[in-house]
Amino acid sequence: MIAEAGLIALWLAAGLALLQFALGAIGVRAGREDFYAAIRPVAVAQGALVALSFVLLIWLFLRSDMSVALVVKNSASVKPLLYKFAGTWGNHEGSMLLWITVMGLAGAFVALFERSLKVKTLVTTLAAQAFISLGFYAFLLISSNPFERMFPVPPDGQGLNPLLQDPGLAFHPPTLYFGYVGLSVAFSFAVGAMITGDVGPAFARAMRPWVLGAWIFLTLGITAGSYWAYYELGWGGWWFWDPVENASLMPWLAATALLHSVTVLATRDGLRAWTVMLAVVAFSMSMIGTFLVRSGILTSVHAFAVDPERGSFILALLAIYIGGAMALFALRVGTVKEGSRFEPISREGALVANNLLLSAILGVVFVGTLYPLLVEALTDEKLSVGAPYFNLATGPLALILVAIMAMGPLLRWRRDNAKALLNRISIPIVITAGALFLLVLLTTGMSVLSLLGLALAAGVAVASFAPLWKRNLRRTPLHTYGMVIAHFGIAVALVGMASESSFTEEKLVAAKPGDEIIINKWKLKFEAIEPVAGPNWTALEARITAQYDGGKTVEIAPQNRMFASAQTQTSEAALLTRWNGQLYVVLGDGDAEGRWQVRTWWKPFVMLIWYGGILIALGGLLAIIGRLRRGYLQRKQKEYAELML
Amino acid sequence: MKAKHQRLTLAVLALVALIGAGLLAAFALQDQANYFYTPSDIVAKKPAVGKAIRLGGMVEKGSIRHEADGVTVNFIVQDGAAHQAVMYTGITPDLFVEGSGVVADGKLTSDGIFVADSLLAKHDENYIPRELEGIDMTGNMTKTDMLVE
Repeated sequence: MIAEAGLIALWLAAGLALLQFALGAIGVRAGREDFYAAIRPVAVAQGALVALSFVLLIWLFLRSDMSVALVVKNSASVKPLLYKFAGTWGNHEGSMLLWITVMGLAGAFVALFERSLKVKTLVTTLAAQAFISLGFYAFLLISSNPFERMFPVPPDGQGLNPLLQDPGLAFHPPTLYFGYVGLSVAFSFAVGAMITGDVGPAFARAMRPWVLGAWIFLTLGITAGSYWAYYELGWGGWWFWDPVENASLMPWLAATALLHSVTVLATRDGLRAWTVMLAVVAFSMSMIGTFLVRSGILTSVHAFAVDPERGSFILALLAIYIGGAMALFALRVGTVKEGSRFEPISREGALVANNLLLSAILGVVFVGTLYPLLVEALTDEKLSVGAPYFNLATGPLALILVAIMAMGPLLRWRRDNAKALLNRISIPIVITAGALFLLVLLTTGMSVLSLLGLALAAGVAVASFAPLWKRNLRRTPLHTYGMVIAHFGIAVALVGMASESSFTEEKLVAAKPGDEIIINKWKLKFEAIEPVAGPNWTALEARITAQYDGGKTVEIAPQNRMFASAQTQTSEAALLTRWNGQLYVVLGDGDAEGRWQVRTWWKPFVMLIWYGGILIALGGLLAIIGRLRRGYLQRKQKEYAELML
Repeated sequence: MKAKHQRLTLAVLALVALIGAGLLAAFALQDQANYFYTPSDIVAKKPAVGKAIRLGGMVEKGSIRHEADGVTVNFIVQDGAAHQAVMYTGITPDLFVEGSGVVADGKLTSDGIFVADSLLAKHDENYIPRELEGIDMTGNMTKTDMLVE
């Protein structure tokens, strides 16, 4: 009965979404205030029902109900509980239900807590949110019902893809979805404000926490995804410019741009039309990301053509939402009044440069990701665009962007002059030049990009703290700390990237038990190879002892795992982290002479890539807390002042 | 600055950035768009020695040879019409077997051998590297091979 209950809850939620849309659309047109009052509880009920439906699906997975087709295809009764739980969204239907659940909850949240926006704009926003949800409800209910029963009931399920059976990955898709959905809320706000002609600082302040929140989740999702690819695939790389990775990077780029332009709108009432446009673009990128990952078009353009139902559905939704929003933008942009003005050399100017560069990088990644698919769909010719293209095209833009990032926070709003800026930034410039000089002198064979990246990172790391210079640290607002930490995180990640690409050492040997492997200052001894077994896999495990620079001996155990249910092998790399880098050991195949392939890397400061990512997200978190707190205090103050009158 | 001028400046800047990015993308794509080669493409288009390219095809039956160092493998990739010798030093992917589809990133050397830096084999029963899909594998492949896979 659980499956049926879940389906009913889903249908009811869809019905409420329709009601929510109708109440909003008719209410705003006819100016019916009673409709305005009704839309909030409807939005809350919709969120509660769709969440219930998702919880029921989780329950089905947890108790391995093999009468439900989705459970059979993606789960097995002998699987760790965590992966039964995570298996709920490790598939198409479940992940779409998760998407719509997060969206419903976000709508409920807006309805419950948004206080600063004009009522009419809020109602329009909720209607827009319901309209987007409706498309996804239709998608689930018509073409991918997660609660479908299966008859006859099979004895056991087919298991979850072993590569996905990893604690990190279990929570990776939800994290990204929170990001995508957060951008959908920003999009709804933009649509609402465009319709009611309310694009201004109040709208920007209402939208900003959602953009920040989405951006934090996307940052975490990308960071976690990159680390997962790094340790789980066993290739030693941390970013592959794979379309699936790009699908999460593109919304992040757009959200980063939006985050900065929304600040201009909130503080200075500038960049009105541009901010609205970016909100539309950011959500488009989320939809395109979902389309790329969910339609199957990446594995095969032809498979997509043969079974186009899912892909076409998302594509149609994409066309309706984005086309609709663009049309609305074209119609209403005239009514968005000119914001306040500024000189080219000013905080706004730097933020405009930030936005243009981020958009340019976004464009480059977009072209590189979609061009091969388009060419293949049209001409049947196969292309692949790989790392050489992306590095060449995005690298220089990213470096300029980072340089501007160092300067932006040191500029005054509205107008400033170049000489004063040069004064303020002189120390970071000297540091960058010094670092460049030392690197050229001391290293050989570094690529130009890494060289510049490392030197720039040194200067930027210092420059990112400059906004705190000579300020009362206790009275500095939390969001300024957030910015400082996020910008510092960029510098940290940049050091990690440049260091990894320039200073990695690699050694590949065929070793017999008893052999020694020397890499950098590490001394590894291959002790033995043994079979081991886990809950649903068996593996060959190498026992290796490792010693760094004559220090303590540590045992590591890279594995080759064989999963019973899917007949798939995965290699589990062994990692040893030291303050100055990471040792990475992978076990390969054995040969007839009893030798085993062992591939080792010493990657200096590679962890800084992900530490940087975490710092960036932490900066976002501080900013969101600071902004929400300030908004709350200001509201309280206003209420108090009104009370006094 | 007047409002109109400011808007104009911004629009021009945006346009410049857009065109700049477009040119950069086009320039990089021009260099890299013919990044993917099948063995037949290598015969037909002769990529320059040392240029980073991606090779895709099927591992020819009976062609995998391990060298004495235990970490280098030589094999032939074919697409039904042409053959390409490949050398790879590293750990081969789990599903790298004779007859499997493979995508390799690397460079051609002057003696005509493709030296791969990385190998990607089709990694589960549902996945074929995108570039390989639809290539005519009539060389040594039979229907049953496909079915077994």
